[in-house]
Amino acid sequence: MLVIRRDVCGYCGCCVSVCPQGALELIDAYLSVEGECSSCGVCARACPLGALEVADEA
Amino acid sequence: MKPEYDLLVIGGGPGGALAARTAAEQGLSVGLIEKRPAIGVPVRCAEGVGRDLLEEFMDPDPAWISAEIDRAVIVAPDGYRMSLEPSMGGNEVGYVLDRKRFDRELVIQAAEAGADIQVKTRAISPIIENGTVSGARVEQNGLVQDIRARVVIAADGVESKFSRWCGVDTTVPLGEIETCVQYLMTGIDIDEAATVFYLGNDVAPEGYVWVFPKGPRTANVGIGISGRKSREGSRPLDYLNRFVRSNFPNGRIVEWIMGGVSICPPLEKTVADGLIIVGDAARVSDPITGGGIYNAMYTGRLAAQVAADAIAKGDVSAPSLMPYDAGWRASKLGSALQRNYRIKEYFVKLSDDKLNRLVHSISRLDLSQFSTLEIIKELIRHDPSLLLELKAIRDLL
Ligand SMILES: Cc1cc2nc3c(=O)[nH]c(=O)nc-3n(C[C@H](O)[C@H](O)[C@H](O)COP(=O)(O)OP(=O)(O)OC[C@H]3O[C@@H](n4cnc5c(N)ncnc54)[C@H](O)[C@@H]3O)c2cc1C
Ligand code: SF4
Ligand code: SF4
Repeated sequence: MLVIRRDVCGYCGCCVSVCPQGALELIDAYLSVEGECSSCGVCARACPLGALEVADEA
Repeated sequence: MKPEYDLLVIGGGPGGALAARTAAEQGLSVGLIEKRPAIGVPVRCAEGVGRDLLEEFMDPDPAWISAEIDRAVIVAPDGYRMSLEPSMGGNEVGYVLDRKRFDRELVIQAAEAGADIQVKTRAISPIIENGTVSGARVEQNGLVQDIRARVVIAADGVESKFSRWCGVDTTVPLGEIETCVQYLMTGIDIDEAATVFYLGNDVAPEGYVWVFPKGPRTANVGIGISGRKSREGSRPLDYLNRFVRSNFPNGRIVEWIMGGVSICPPLEKTVADGLIIVGDAARVSDPITGGGIYNAMYTGRLAAQVAADAIAKGDVSAPSLMPYDAGWRASKLGSALQRNYRIKEYFVKLSDDKLNRLVHSISRLDLSQFSTLEIIKELIRHDPSLLLELKAIRDLL
């Protein structure tokens, strides 16, 4: 599952552009997962600040 | 917003603003929506633009210019500094803009030309009829409205979701997104008339650090690195903090700016039935520098011209909009994008040793005419040992 650390996110949209699923959507100052996320982790790599993390589903 | 326009523009950056202004000037009814509550804010840019390029569109105005630049300095991984001087002419002469004001000015110009503007309004889905994009469903303050249009221009920047919703794959490969952080710093010793670029795999892997003056003792200090080089502990933010600690330890940070800029090839096709894609959304930022302000303005203006013709003809199908796609590809911008992509592919693979050699060699050249093209031609003439490495690029010239 994708975890968005809202205290870290700077709502820049960089992650949105690399998501192969188009699952991320930036709504002004917050980022949300709107589509089918495959937990691939690509967005977490692209984030300049480290606001995204794919957490293990326990 | 009216329920119907000739042209609906999604996004109020330089691409969208130029499209809206141009179309309104040509007599079309135009609506422009921007999802943020303010145009140009927050900034996602280092704000540098070439003088000639900007002046294709408007006269420079101190109201939105932060600094005038007359040379560029490139710092090799070994610390060697090479200066590209004004006598060489070319792109390094330019401005550092104040994009909060610049972007707003562009949208005001669109409004003055007659375009309707609505901020804090987000496109949430396209309206598609018989396979043709015919408008957008938009949302403002919880209210959903359908806005119909003969042609929609997607100028929604790096996110580029609108075209994706219309069936165009706009995904940027991880290795071809430059992930960026920038500080606006004050109280630092800088050369107020020079943009400075730091290269090196320790400084900025597959990218560079930039220092762009914003006025006395103030500058945009930022970094972009390839997404494939970014991971926990070595993100752009980590690199930037390291750079700032060693170069500007006493500077004060007054603004954080972050963002992504694509350095991939442009979309394979930048039109669809009823749709034109411009600027960052079309992936037309420069693969070497990441610069995209001019590219957005250029494609935005062209898109509006082609849309106006298509609407006048009563045919907004993809073939009827193709002159836009063909037009920018055939332009100087189009060939520069193609060439610079191949050059970028070569440069990102260079070791620091080779980067050092390159910068030292370039600095010994007598460049009467500075341009990427001239530099490479000169390099090959000057340092035959580089020939082999540059062969891949030479064949492009
Ligand atoms: C860190 C950084 C530094 C840069 N430095 C430079 C530089 O020095 N020089 C240069 O030339 N370029 C630079 N660039 C690139 C430049 O910022 C962009 O190329 C330029 O802004 C592109 O303009 P645009 O109009 O295509 O998109 P943008 O300016 O990004 O505008 C797109 C707009 O669309 C809006 N939008 C998105 N989705 C929707 C929706 N669904 N509904 C409504 N509105 C929407 C967004 O909020 C945004 O305002 C830099 C980029 C970054 C990230
Ligand atoms: S890339 Fe990072 S900072 Fe930017 S919007 Fe995505 S999560 Fe937020
Ligand atoms: S983890 Fe992969 S699929 Fe999920 S939001 Fe991030 S990039 Fe998209």
